[in-house]
Amino acid sequence: MKIHEFLSTPLASCERTGPHDGVVLSSRVRLARNLRAVPFPGRAKKIERVKSCELLRKGVEELPEMEGAFADSMEHLGAMDKQILVERHLISREHAAKSAGSGVVLSRDETLCVMINEEDHLRMQSLQPGLQLKKAWQSIDEVDSRLETKLDFAFSSELGYLTACPTNLGTGIRVSAMLHLPGLVLAEQINQIIQAVTKLGHAVRGLYGEGTEALGHVFQVSNQMTLGESEPDIVERIDKVLLQIIEHEMNARANMLQTKPKVLFNHIGRAYGILAHSHCITSKETMNLLSLMRLGVGQRMFPGVEKALLDELFIITQPAHLQKQFTEKLEADERDILRADMLRDRLKKVAGPVIPT
Amino acid sequence: MLCSQCNQNEATVHLTEVVGDKMKKVDLCETCAKAKGVSDPAGFALADLLLGLGASQQVEQSTAADGGQISCPSCGFTQTDFKKTGRLGCSECYQAFAEGLEGVLKTMHKGTRHVGKTPKALRQVRDVSDQLKTLQKKLEKSITAEDFEQAAVLRDEIKKLQKRLSEMAL
Repeated sequence: MKIHEFLSTPLASCERTGPHDGVVLSSRVRLARNLRAVPFPGRAKKIERVKSCELLRKGVEELPEMEGAFADSMEHLGAMDKQILVERHLISREHAAKSAGSGVVLSRDETLCVMINEEDHLRMQSLQPGLQLKKAWQSIDEVDSRLETKLDFAFSSELGYLTACPTNLGTGIRVSAMLHLPGLVLAEQINQIIQAVTKLGHAVRGLYGEGTEALGHVFQVSNQMTLGESEPDIVERIDKVLLQIIEHEMNARANMLQTKPKVLFNHIGRAYGILAHSHCITSKETMNLLSLMRLGVGQRMFPGVEKALLDELFIITQPAHLQKQFTEKLEADERDILRADMLRDRLKKVAGPVIPT
Repeated sequence: MLCSQCNQNEATVHLTEVVGDKMKKVDLCETCAKAKGVSDPAGFALADLLLGLGASQQVEQSTAADGGQISCPSCGFTQTDFKKTGRLGCSECYQAFAEGLEGVLKTMHKGTRHVGKTPKALRQVRDVSDQLKTLQKKLEKSITAEDFEQAAVLRDEIKKLQKRLSEMAL
């Protein structure tokens, strides 16, 4: 089966709901594991990688959680298929660049995704909508416990699970959440929040362009330290921090509505205007404007519109998802025109924003 | 300005990240930026990159003092390789580079000893050794108390556990 036949539609994937999903787009827990007897993928020869990939893939595919899963070698995936997986946040960009000797296994419900021979032999991740870090940890912990009975993982009682990069050593865990924080960005409080979060030893990631805004006001918060603290403690600590950020974001939104309603309505009204009427638009501008419209949905400015629609548009306007709908290869400027056409069409039935009462 | 990864091409991608109260910057050429996935905020970890770079420099400093170039007996990885990639070659490398790594791990993590999940097989070994220690203490006590009946029972139990432990090691 081809990956684009396997994946749920963008809309279906956006209709999954979870706690606090107005702010938290998704929760993720990733574990890094390596085989004892084989060099790490970056060091292993191609023939070793091909061999270990087969062994690992077999182990992963045999898991009960992986019944009906999608599994393939990276060499069999086309550039567009790989890019689609990146845009769905299922594999890393680095993994998309891999070929023979690397693989991917994705569970039927798309909540478990295992990258084989990325930087480590196994990068296993559990994804949940909204804020559900504990659930994500439990499910990936189970997968790991099952796998360790079949695979000989590199582990030292002093240093824990051994990883290619010392930053992942010990638990090999990366707990993260993708946050939509337009309120804090518009209120210009985002820098303070980022500083506070990093002081607590967590990382805030994203591409910083001019100023400190991330694309589409989406930020990823994750733990930085993996050694010297247990997995449940790491999960618990970051969960508390995230609850705080959610509170600050909701406060910033409410405060803006109360003290600077015109500024807020102006941003959201303009975003809708451009998205619904443009004839040429880049993916970057699209993301930023969809983010503002998503904020508008949260503020009940678009009655009858679900935020799933915005999240779906967020996905399908990205380059590979857009390209997938057309057979001929598109250049960037052609994509910008087709993206605008699609947005106008999809927003035809969405009435302009109303001022909430 | 040259790319801080490959030191060959002109850096065109400049990134800033605030970690703790420090601002960190990294300058990359387009090829390295692409390889690191820098245009995708979700998939990119500036911290890893920075820490990785910093780590390899520290290891180099701490080993430069004794002159010789250490390499991993298992995979042949050298400090120069580590400096270039910020990654280690295999699980044995952690032993080969242990000395230089300790300082690195201290700055990177909360502690330098693993606290957390342990593979079940190892956990069982640890449990049995713990039990053994407790029984041996009990045995000493009963001998001091001249309770030889109890001591005989304990001795048999200890023998059983020792046998189990040696089986586990296999």
